[in-house]
Amino acid sequence: MRTAGSALRSKDLLGTEHLTPEEITLILDTAEGFKEVSERPVKKVPALRGQLVINLFMEASTRTRVSFEIAEKRLSADTLNFSASGSAVEKGETLIDTAENLVAMHPNMIVIRHKHPGSPQMLADRFENISIINAGDGAHEHPTQALLDAFTIRERLGRLHGVNVSIIGDIKYSRVVRSNIHLLTKMKARVTLASPPTLMPAEVEQMGVRVVHSLDEAIEGADVIMMLRIQLERQGKLSFPSLREYYNTFGLTRERVRRAKEGVLVMHPGPMNRGVEIASDVADDPNVSVILDQVTNGVAVRMAVLYLLGGAHGGAGE
Amino acid sequence: MIFSPAIRMNVKKRLLDGARMNRAIRRMAIEVVERNRGLDDLMIVGIRSRGVPIGERMAKEIEEMEGQPVSFGILDITLYRDDLTLVAPQPVVKPTKLPEPIDDKVIVLVDDVLYTGRTVRSALDALIDFGRPKRVMLAVLVDRGHRELPIHADVIGKTVPTDADEVIKVKLVETDGEDEVLIMEK
Repeated sequence: MRTAGSALRSKDLLGTEHLTPEEITLILDTAEGFKEVSERPVKKVPALRGQLVINLFMEASTRTRVSFEIAEKRLSADTLNFSASGSAVEKGETLIDTAENLVAMHPNMIVIRHKHPGSPQMLADRFENISIINAGDGAHEHPTQALLDAFTIRERLGRLHGVNVSIIGDIKYSRVVRSNIHLLTKMKARVTLASPPTLMPAEVEQMGVRVVHSLDEAIEGADVIMMLRIQLERQGKLSFPSLREYYNTFGLTRERVRRAKEGVLVMHPGPMNRGVEIASDVADDPNVSVILDQVTNGVAVRMAVLYLLGGAHGGAGE
Repeated sequence: MIFSPAIRMNVKKRLLDGARMNRAIRRMAIEVVERNRGLDDLMIVGIRSRGVPIGERMAKEIEEMEGQPVSFGILDITLYRDDLTLVAPQPVVKPTKLPEPIDDKVIVLVDDVLYTGRTVRSALDALIDFGRPKRVMLAVLVDRGHRELPIHADVIGKTVPTDADEVIKVKLVETDGEDEVLIMEK
Protein backbone atom coordinates (compact mmCIF):
# COMPACT_ATOMS: atom_id res chain seq x y z
CA MET A 1 0.00 0.00 0.00
CA ARG A 2 1.29 3.41 -0.88
CA THR A 3 0.02 6.31 1.12
CA ALA A 4 -0.16 9.94 0.08
CA GLY A 5 2.86 11.92 1.12
CA SER A 6 5.31 9.05 1.23
CA ALA A 7 5.27 7.74 -2.34
CA LEU A 8 4.47 8.59 -5.93
CA ARG A 9 1.26 7.04 -7.24
CA SER A 10 2.52 6.36 -10.75
CA LYS A 11 5.40 4.16 -11.89
CA ASP A 12 6.32 6.91 -14.36
CA LEU A 13 7.06 10.63 -14.39
CA LEU A 14 5.49 11.87 -17.61
CA GLY A 15 4.69 15.43 -16.61
CA THR A 16 3.84 17.74 -13.74
CA GLU A 17 0.22 17.97 -14.87
CA HIS A 18 -0.84 14.85 -13.00
CA LEU A 19 1.31 15.26 -9.89
CA THR A 20 -0.45 16.20 -6.65
CA PRO A 21 0.93 18.97 -4.38
CA GLU A 22 1.86 16.20 -1.90
CA GLU A 23 3.85 14.34 -4.55
CA ILE A 24 5.63 17.53 -5.59
CA THR A 25 6.53 18.25 -1.97
CA LEU A 26 7.76 14.69 -1.53
CA ILE A 27 10.07 14.97 -4.55
CA LEU A 28 11.43 18.35 -3.39
CA ASP A 29 11.96 17.13 0.20
CA THR A 30 13.70 13.99 -1.05
CA ALA A 31 15.92 16.11 -3.30
CA GLU A 32 17.10 18.03 -0.23
CA GLY A 33 18.40 14.76 1.16
CA PHE A 34 20.19 14.04 -2.09
CA LYS A 35 21.79 17.44 -2.46
CA GLU A 36 24.11 16.57 0.39
CA VAL A 37 25.33 13.41 -1.43
CA SER A 38 26.88 15.54 -4.19
CA GLU A 39 28.93 17.43 -1.60
CA ARG A 40 30.52 14.33 -0.04
CA PRO A 41 34.07 13.11 -0.69
CA VAL A 42 32.57 9.88 -2.08
CA LYS A 43 29.70 11.13 -4.24
CA LYS A 44 27.92 7.84 -4.54
CA VAL A 45 25.32 5.88 -2.60
CA PRO A 46 24.23 2.29 -3.29
CA ALA A 47 20.47 2.95 -3.53
CA LEU A 48 19.95 1.78 -7.13
CA ARG A 49 22.69 -0.82 -7.25
CA GLY A 50 21.96 -3.46 -9.88
CA GLN A 51 19.32 -1.38 -11.64
CA LEU A 52 19.72 -0.53 -15.31
CA VAL A 53 18.66 2.88 -16.54
CA ILE A 54 18.60 3.62 -20.26
CA ASN A 55 18.88 7.23 -21.39
CA LEU A 56 17.07 7.31 -24.71
CA PHE A 57 17.82 10.73 -26.16
CA MET A 58 16.33 11.15 -29.62
CA GLU A 59 16.85 14.90 -29.57
CA ALA A 60 19.93 17.01 -28.80
CA SER A 61 20.65 17.67 -25.13
CA THR A 62 23.66 18.50 -23.01
CA ARG A 63 22.46 19.62 -19.60
CA THR A 64 19.55 17.23 -19.14
CA ARG A 65 21.36 14.15 -20.45
CA VAL A 66 24.49 14.83 -18.43
CA SER A 67 22.44 15.67 -15.35
CA PHE A 68 20.43 12.44 -15.54
CA GLU A 69 23.59 10.43 -16.15
CA ILE A 70 25.34 11.95 -13.13
CA ALA A 71 22.23 11.39 -11.00
CA GLU A 72 22.06 7.73 -12.07
CA LYS A 73 25.76 7.17 -11.41
CA ARG A 74 25.57 8.81 -7.96
CA LEU A 75 22.81 6.30 -7.12
CA SER A 76 24.99 3.39 -8.35
CA ALA A 77 22.62 2.47 -11.20
CA ASP A 78 24.10 1.04 -14.39
CA THR A 79 23.52 3.49 -17.18
CA LEU A 80 23.37 3.17 -20.92
CA ASN A 81 23.16 6.13 -23.24
CA PHE A 82 21.34 5.75 -26.47
CA SER A 83 21.06 8.52 -29.00
CA ALA A 84 19.43 8.65 -32.39
CA SER A 85 22.57 9.44 -34.33
CA GLY A 86 24.77 6.45 -35.02
CA SER A 87 21.95 4.00 -34.15
CA ALA A 88 19.45 1.91 -36.10
CA VAL A 89 17.12 4.91 -35.90
CA GLU A 90 19.12 6.30 -38.80
CA LYS A 91 18.22 3.16 -40.72
CA GLY A 92 14.54 3.90 -40.19
CA GLU A 93 13.73 1.96 -37.03
CA THR A 94 10.60 3.24 -35.28
CA LEU A 95 10.59 4.42 -31.68
CA ILE A 96 8.45 1.45 -30.63
CA ASP A 97 10.82 -1.04 -32.24
CA THR A 98 13.84 0.67 -30.72
CA ALA A 99 12.17 0.62 -27.30
CA GLU A 100 11.01 -3.02 -27.65
CA ASN A 101 14.58 -4.05 -28.35
CA LEU A 102 15.96 -2.10 -25.43
CA VAL A 103 13.27 -3.46 -23.11
CA ALA A 104 14.17 -7.00 -24.14
CA MET A 105 17.44 -6.36 -22.31
CA HIS A 106 15.58 -5.76 -19.01
CA PRO A 107 16.17 -2.18 -18.01
CA ASN A 108 14.41 -0.92 -14.87
CA MET A 109 13.88 2.62 -16.08
CA ILE A 110 13.99 4.54 -19.35
CA VAL A 111 14.65 8.26 -19.47
CA ILE A 112 13.36 9.53 -22.79
CA ARG A 113 13.65 12.76 -24.75
CA HIS A 114 11.82 12.89 -28.04
CA LYS A 115 10.58 15.60 -30.38
CA HIS A 116 7.07 14.15 -30.49
CA PRO A 117 4.75 15.07 -27.61
CA GLY A 118 3.29 11.97 -25.95
CA SER A 119 6.08 9.55 -26.84
CA PRO A 120 6.96 8.96 -23.14
CA GLN A 121 3.26 8.25 -22.48
CA MET A 122 3.24 5.75 -25.32
CA LEU A 123 6.18 3.85 -23.81
CA ALA A 124 4.68 4.06 -20.31
CA ASP A 125 1.43 2.47 -21.50
CA ARG A 126 3.22 -0.22 -23.44
CA PHE A 127 5.74 -1.34 -20.81
CA GLU A 128 3.98 -2.05 -17.55
CA ASN A 129 7.05 -3.06 -15.58
CA ILE A 130 9.35 -0.23 -16.58
CA SER A 131 9.42 3.28 -15.18
CA ILE A 132 9.45 5.92 -17.89
CA ILE A 133 10.81 9.38 -17.11
CA ASN A 134 10.04 12.19 -19.52
CA ALA A 135 13.15 14.28 -20.19
CA GLY A 136 11.29 16.54 -22.63
CA ASP A 137 8.73 15.62 -25.29
CA GLY A 138 8.31 18.22 -28.01
CA ALA A 139 6.49 21.30 -26.72
CA HIS A 140 4.54 19.21 -24.19
CA GLU A 141 6.34 18.73 -20.84
CA HIS A 142 9.75 18.66 -19.20
CA PRO A 143 8.84 17.75 -15.62
CA THR A 144 12.29 17.46 -14.06
CA GLN A 145 13.14 20.98 -15.26
CA ALA A 146 10.04 22.39 -13.54
CA LEU A 147 10.87 20.40 -10.40
CA LEU A 148 14.43 21.72 -10.28
CA ASP A 149 13.15 25.26 -10.87
CA ALA A 150 10.72 24.84 -7.96
CA PHE A 151 13.47 23.36 -5.80
CA THR A 152 15.71 26.36 -6.53
CA ILE A 153 12.92 28.85 -5.74
CA ARG A 154 12.02 27.05 -2.52
CA GLU A 155 15.67 26.82 -1.50
CA ARG A 156 16.21 30.57 -2.01
CA LEU A 157 12.86 31.99 -0.87
CA GLY A 158 11.82 29.30 1.60
CA ARG A 159 8.44 28.69 -0.01
CA LEU A 160 6.46 28.40 -3.25
CA HIS A 161 3.08 29.48 -1.89
CA GLY A 162 2.36 33.09 -2.87
CA VAL A 163 5.65 33.60 -4.74
CA ASN A 164 5.30 35.80 -7.83
CA VAL A 165 6.95 34.07 -10.77
CA SER A 166 7.14 35.84 -14.12
CA ILE A 167 7.99 33.71 -17.11
CA ILE A 168 9.14 35.64 -20.14
CA GLY A 169 9.84 34.66 -23.71
CA ASP A 170 8.97 31.84 -26.05
CA ILE A 171 5.84 30.61 -24.25
CA LYS A 172 4.29 28.94 -27.26
CA TYR A 173 7.04 26.46 -28.08
CA SER A 174 8.22 25.81 -24.53
CA ARG A 175 7.69 22.53 -22.71
CA VAL A 176 9.51 24.05 -19.75
CA VAL A 177 6.83 26.68 -19.34
CA ARG A 178 3.99 24.17 -19.55
CA SER A 179 5.52 21.98 -16.84
CA ASN A 180 6.26 25.06 -14.75
CA ILE A 181 2.71 26.44 -15.00
CA HIS A 182 1.20 23.13 -13.90
CA LEU A 183 3.60 22.79 -11.00
CA LEU A 184 3.65 26.39 -9.79
CA THR A 185 -0.12 26.87 -9.88
CA LYS A 186 -0.63 23.61 -7.95
CA MET A 187 1.78 24.92 -5.32
CA LYS A 188 -0.17 28.21 -5.15
CA ALA A 189 2.53 30.40 -6.66
CA ARG A 190 1.31 33.29 -8.81
CA VAL A 191 2.44 32.96 -12.41
CA THR A 192 2.67 35.81 -14.91
CA LEU A 193 3.55 35.26 -18.56
CA ALA A 194 4.94 37.81 -21.01
CA SER A 195 5.94 37.42 -24.64
CA PRO A 196 5.37 38.95 -28.05
CA PRO A 197 1.76 38.15 -29.11
CA THR A 198 3.03 35.77 -31.79
CA LEU A 199 4.71 33.61 -29.13
CA MET A 200 1.75 33.53 -26.71
CA PRO A 201 -0.61 30.57 -27.10
CA ALA A 202 -4.34 31.34 -27.27
CA GLU A 203 -6.42 31.08 -24.09
CA VAL A 204 -3.40 30.33 -21.92
CA GLU A 205 -5.15 32.22 -19.07
CA GLN A 206 -7.31 29.13 -18.58
CA MET A 207 -4.29 27.49 -16.98
CA GLY A 208 -4.64 29.95 -14.09
CA VAL A 209 -1.96 32.44 -15.08
CA ARG A 210 -1.87 36.17 -15.73
CA VAL A 211 -0.81 37.39 -19.16
CA VAL A 212 0.88 40.76 -19.69
CA HIS A 213 2.33 42.22 -22.84
CA SER A 214 5.52 43.93 -21.80
CA LEU A 215 8.63 42.92 -19.96
CA ASP A 216 8.33 45.85 -17.56
CA GLU A 217 4.83 44.82 -16.49
CA ALA A 218 6.06 41.28 -15.94
CA ILE A 219 9.04 42.38 -13.86
CA GLU A 220 7.05 44.65 -11.58
CA GLY A 221 6.50 42.89 -8.25
CA ALA A 222 8.11 39.64 -9.41
CA ASP A 223 10.04 37.55 -6.88
CA VAL A 224 11.37 35.35 -9.67
CA ILE A 225 12.08 36.25 -13.29
CA MET A 226 12.33 33.15 -15.43
CA MET A 227 13.69 33.83 -18.91
CA LEU A 228 13.04 31.30 -21.66
CA ARG A 229 15.24 30.52 -24.59
CA ILE A 230 14.05 31.62 -28.00
CA GLN A 231 13.87 28.22 -29.68
CA LEU A 232 14.97 29.08 -33.16
CA GLU A 233 14.93 25.40 -34.12
CA ARG A 234 11.23 24.93 -33.31
CA GLN A 235 9.99 27.99 -35.14
CA GLY A 236 10.00 27.59 -38.89
CA LYS A 237 10.79 31.25 -39.19
CA LEU A 238 11.13 34.04 -36.68
CA SER A 239 7.92 35.10 -34.93
CA PHE A 240 9.26 38.63 -34.54
CA PRO A 241 11.08 41.02 -36.87
CA SER A 242 14.66 40.44 -35.66
CA LEU A 243 16.70 39.10 -32.77
CA ARG A 244 17.92 42.65 -32.11
CA GLU A 245 14.37 43.89 -31.83
CA TYR A 246 13.48 41.00 -29.53
CA TYR A 247 16.40 41.88 -27.26
CA ASN A 248 15.33 45.52 -27.17
CA THR A 249 11.75 44.64 -26.25
CA PHE A 250 11.96 41.43 -24.23
CA GLY A 251 15.65 41.00 -23.39
CA LEU A 252 16.51 41.07 -19.69
CA THR A 253 19.07 43.84 -19.30
CA ARG A 254 20.86 45.21 -16.24
CA GLU A 255 18.72 48.36 -16.45
CA ARG A 256 15.51 46.32 -16.32
CA VAL A 257 16.70 44.16 -13.42
CA ARG A 258 17.44 47.37 -11.51
CA ARG A 259 13.75 48.24 -11.68
CA ALA A 260 12.76 44.86 -10.23
CA LYS A 261 12.11 44.04 -6.60
CA GLU A 262 15.05 43.89 -4.19
CA GLY A 263 16.31 40.29 -3.97
CA VAL A 264 14.71 39.16 -7.23
CA LEU A 265 15.94 35.82 -8.61
CA VAL A 266 16.81 35.49 -12.29
CA MET A 267 16.45 31.99 -13.71
CA HIS A 268 16.98 30.41 -17.11
CA PRO A 269 16.59 26.74 -18.02
CA GLY A 270 19.47 26.93 -20.50
CA PRO A 271 20.96 26.88 -23.00
CA MET A 272 21.06 30.67 -23.03
CA ASN A 273 21.09 32.87 -26.09
CA ARG A 274 23.21 35.65 -24.64
CA GLY A 275 22.20 39.00 -26.09
CA VAL A 276 18.83 37.65 -27.27
CA GLU A 277 16.67 36.92 -24.21
CA ILE A 278 19.21 37.80 -21.53
CA ALA A 279 22.19 40.14 -21.24
CA SER A 280 25.51 38.57 -20.27
CA ASP A 281 26.06 40.85 -17.28
CA VAL A 282 22.70 39.76 -15.83
CA ALA A 283 23.24 36.07 -16.48
CA ASP A 284 26.67 36.23 -14.83
CA ASP A 285 25.72 38.41 -11.84
CA PRO A 286 25.88 36.19 -8.73
CA ASN A 287 23.67 38.63 -6.82
CA VAL A 288 20.61 37.95 -8.97
CA SER A 289 21.33 34.97 -11.22
CA VAL A 290 20.68 31.46 -9.87
CA ILE A 291 21.18 29.84 -13.27
CA LEU A 292 24.07 27.66 -12.17
CA ASP A 293 22.26 26.74 -8.92
CA GLN A 294 19.53 25.38 -11.16
CA VAL A 295 22.08 23.11 -12.82
CA THR A 296 23.47 21.90 -9.47
CA ASN A 297 19.97 21.32 -8.12
CA GLY A 298 18.99 19.45 -11.28
CA VAL A 299 21.18 16.51 -10.26
CA ALA A 300 19.62 16.32 -6.76
CA VAL A 301 16.08 16.55 -8.12
CA ARG A 302 16.73 13.85 -10.73
CA MET A 303 18.28 11.62 -8.07
CA ALA A 304 15.10 12.07 -6.03
CA VAL A 305 12.89 11.14 -8.99
CA LEU A 306 14.99 8.09 -9.90
CA TYR A 307 15.05 6.98 -6.27
CA LEU A 308 11.31 7.41 -5.73
CA LEU A 309 10.44 5.57 -8.95
CA GLY A 310 13.11 2.94 -8.46
CA GLY A 311 13.46 0.42 -5.69
CA ALA A 312 10.59 -1.92 -5.01
CA HIS A 313 8.43 -0.92 -7.94
CA GLY A 314 11.31 -0.28 -10.28
CA GLY A 315 10.35 -2.81 -12.88
CA ALA A 316 12.03 -6.01 -13.99
CA GLY A 317 12.53 -7.37 -10.50
CA GLU A 318 8.94 -6.93 -9.43
CA MET B 1 12.04 -1.30 10.70
CA ILE B 2 8.75 -0.54 8.99
CA PHE B 3 5.65 -1.39 10.95
CA SER B 4 2.30 -1.56 9.30
CA PRO B 5 -0.14 0.52 11.32
CA ALA B 6 -2.83 -2.01 10.41
CA ILE B 7 -1.40 -4.60 12.81
CA ARG B 8 -2.73 -4.02 16.31
CA MET B 9 -0.12 -4.38 19.00
CA ASN B 10 -0.71 -4.70 22.73
CA VAL B 11 1.62 -3.37 25.38
CA LYS B 12 3.12 -6.34 27.18
CA LYS B 13 5.45 -4.49 29.51
CA ARG B 14 6.85 -1.05 30.15
CA LEU B 15 10.59 -1.50 30.07
CA LEU B 16 11.75 2.03 30.94
CA ASP B 17 9.97 5.14 32.08
CA GLY B 18 11.31 8.68 31.59
CA ALA B 19 13.46 8.78 34.74
CA ARG B 20 15.02 5.37 34.13
CA MET B 21 15.64 6.21 30.49
CA ASN B 22 17.49 9.37 31.49
CA ARG B 23 19.63 7.41 33.94
CA ALA B 24 20.42 4.83 31.27
CA ILE B 25 21.46 7.53 28.78
CA ARG B 26 23.61 9.24 31.45
CA ARG B 27 25.32 5.94 32.21
CA MET B 28 25.92 5.35 28.49
CA ALA B 29 27.53 8.80 28.28
CA ILE B 30 29.78 8.01 31.27
CA GLU B 31 30.86 4.73 29.66
CA VAL B 32 31.75 6.50 26.42
CA VAL B 33 33.92 8.99 28.32
CA GLU B 34 35.59 6.22 30.36
CA ARG B 35 36.46 4.25 27.26
CA ASN B 36 38.13 7.19 25.54
CA ARG B 37 41.03 9.47 26.43
CA GLY B 38 39.72 13.00 26.05
CA LEU B 39 37.04 14.36 23.81
CA ASP B 40 39.21 15.91 21.11
CA ASP B 41 38.95 13.10 18.59
CA LEU B 42 35.50 11.92 19.70
CA MET B 43 32.35 12.35 17.62
CA ILE B 44 28.87 11.18 18.62
CA VAL B 45 26.86 10.24 15.53
CA GLY B 46 23.12 9.57 15.86
CA ILE B 47 21.47 7.25 13.33
CA ARG B 48 18.19 8.68 12.00
CA SER B 49 15.64 8.81 13.33
CA ARG B 50 15.59 7.94 17.06
CA GLY B 51 19.35 7.60 17.37
CA VAL B 52 19.53 11.36 16.85
CA PRO B 53 17.81 12.57 20.06
CA ILE B 54 19.48 9.83 22.11
CA GLY B 55 22.88 10.84 20.70
CA GLU B 56 22.13 14.52 21.37
CA ARG B 57 21.27 13.74 24.98
CA MET B 58 24.48 11.73 25.39
CA ALA B 59 26.49 14.60 23.90
CA LYS B 60 24.82 16.99 26.35
CA GLU B 61 25.59 14.72 29.31
CA ILE B 62 29.21 14.46 28.20
CA GLU B 63 29.49 18.22 27.89
CA GLU B 64 28.08 18.69 31.40
CA MET B 65 30.43 16.06 32.84
CA GLU B 66 33.60 17.19 31.09
CA GLY B 67 32.93 20.90 30.76
CA GLN B 68 33.68 20.91 27.06
CA PRO B 69 31.46 20.29 24.05
CA VAL B 70 31.73 17.07 22.06
CA SER B 71 31.32 16.91 18.30
CA PHE B 72 27.88 15.63 17.17
CA GLY B 73 26.67 14.43 13.77
CA ILE B 74 23.62 12.85 12.13
CA LEU B 75 23.72 9.86 9.80
CA ASP B 76 20.91 8.94 7.38
CA ILE B 77 21.30 5.32 6.33
CA THR B 78 18.26 5.01 4.05
CA LEU B 79 20.25 4.72 0.83
CA TYR B 80 22.44 1.99 2.28
CA ARG B 81 19.65 -0.33 3.43
CA ASP B 82 19.89 -3.90 2.16
CA ASP B 83 16.13 -4.11 1.70
CA LEU B 84 15.62 -1.08 -0.54
CA THR B 85 14.48 -3.25 -3.42
CA LEU B 86 12.04 -5.08 -1.13
CA VAL B 87 10.21 -2.29 0.65
CA ALA B 88 7.59 -0.10 -0.96
CA PRO B 89 7.13 2.79 -0.72
CA GLN B 90 10.68 4.06 -0.71
CA PRO B 91 11.70 5.29 2.73
CA VAL B 92 12.10 9.05 3.09
CA VAL B 93 15.65 10.29 2.52
CA LYS B 94 17.06 13.05 4.73
CA PRO B 95 20.51 14.65 4.74
CA THR B 96 23.48 13.30 6.64
CA LYS B 97 25.14 16.07 8.67
CA LEU B 98 28.65 15.52 9.94
CA PRO B 99 30.22 18.66 11.49
CA GLU B 100 33.80 17.86 10.44
CA PRO B 101 35.82 15.20 8.58
CA ILE B 102 35.68 11.84 10.33
CA ASP B 103 39.22 10.75 9.41
CA ASP B 104 41.12 9.56 12.51
CA LYS B 105 38.14 10.27 14.77
CA VAL B 106 36.63 7.88 17.29
CA ILE B 107 33.01 7.63 16.16
CA VAL B 108 30.29 6.58 18.58
CA LEU B 109 27.32 5.43 16.53
CA VAL B 110 24.07 5.78 18.49
CA ASP B 111 20.78 4.00 17.82
CA ASP B 112 17.67 3.24 19.84
CA VAL B 113 17.34 -0.54 19.41
CA LEU B 114 19.89 -3.15 18.35
CA TYR B 115 18.06 -6.10 16.78
CA THR B 116 19.19 -7.86 13.58
CA GLY B 117 22.26 -5.64 13.16
CA ARG B 118 21.32 -4.71 9.62
CA THR B 119 20.85 -1.02 10.42
CA VAL B 120 24.33 -0.91 11.94
CA ARG B 121 25.78 -2.67 8.90
CA SER B 122 24.20 0.04 6.72
CA ALA B 123 25.48 2.76 9.05
CA LEU B 124 29.05 1.42 8.85
CA ASP B 125 28.90 1.44 5.05
CA ALA B 126 27.50 4.97 5.05
CA LEU B 127 30.14 6.17 7.50
CA ILE B 128 33.06 4.70 5.55
CA ASP B 129 32.00 6.74 2.49
CA PHE B 130 32.82 9.87 4.50
CA GLY B 131 36.34 8.87 5.48
CA ARG B 132 38.41 6.52 7.61
CA PRO B 133 37.66 6.79 11.32
CA LYS B 134 40.27 5.59 13.82
CA ARG B 135 37.66 3.49 15.59
CA VAL B 136 33.90 3.03 15.51
CA MET B 137 31.95 2.21 18.67
CA LEU B 138 28.28 1.35 18.92
CA ALA B 139 25.98 2.64 21.67
CA VAL B 140 22.32 1.52 21.87
CA LEU B 141 19.56 2.24 24.34
CA VAL B 142 18.11 -1.28 24.07
CA ASP B 143 19.76 -4.52 22.94
CA ARG B 144 17.04 -7.06 22.27
CA GLY B 145 19.08 -9.89 20.73
CA HIS B 146 18.27 -11.89 17.55
CA ARG B 147 21.28 -10.75 15.55
CA GLU B 148 21.49 -11.74 11.87
CA LEU B 149 24.98 -10.30 11.39
CA PRO B 150 28.18 -10.48 13.45
CA ILE B 151 27.66 -7.11 15.16
CA HIS B 152 27.70 -6.19 18.85
CA ALA B 153 27.21 -3.04 20.90
CA ASP B 154 30.00 -1.54 23.04
CA VAL B 155 27.70 0.52 25.24
CA ILE B 156 24.20 -0.68 26.13
CA GLY B 157 21.45 1.11 28.05
CA LYS B 158 19.45 -2.02 28.75
CA THR B 159 19.68 -5.62 27.58
CA VAL B 160 16.32 -7.35 27.13
CA PRO B 161 15.76 -10.93 25.99
CA THR B 162 12.81 -10.89 23.59
CA ASP B 163 10.78 -13.21 21.41
CA ALA B 164 10.98 -12.62 17.66
CA ASP B 165 7.26 -11.71 17.46
CA GLU B 166 7.62 -8.97 20.05
CA VAL B 167 8.34 -5.37 19.13
CA ILE B 168 10.35 -2.87 21.14
CA LYS B 169 8.82 0.60 20.93
CA VAL B 170 11.11 3.44 21.97
CA LYS B 171 9.31 6.74 22.50
CA LEU B 172 11.23 9.98 22.99
CA VAL B 173 10.02 13.43 23.95
CA GLU B 174 11.66 14.89 20.83
CA THR B 175 9.90 12.56 18.39
CA ASP B 176 6.91 11.10 20.24
CA GLY B 177 6.06 13.58 22.98
CA GLU B 178 7.09 11.32 25.89
CA ASP B 179 9.95 9.16 27.12
CA GLU B 180 9.33 5.44 27.53
CA VAL B 181 10.31 2.03 26.18
CA LEU B 182 7.59 -0.58 25.71
CA ILE B 183 7.55 -4.25 24.76
CA MET B 184 4.61 -4.85 22.47
CA GLU B 185 3.17 -8.11 21.19
CA LYS B 186 0.77 -8.99 18.43
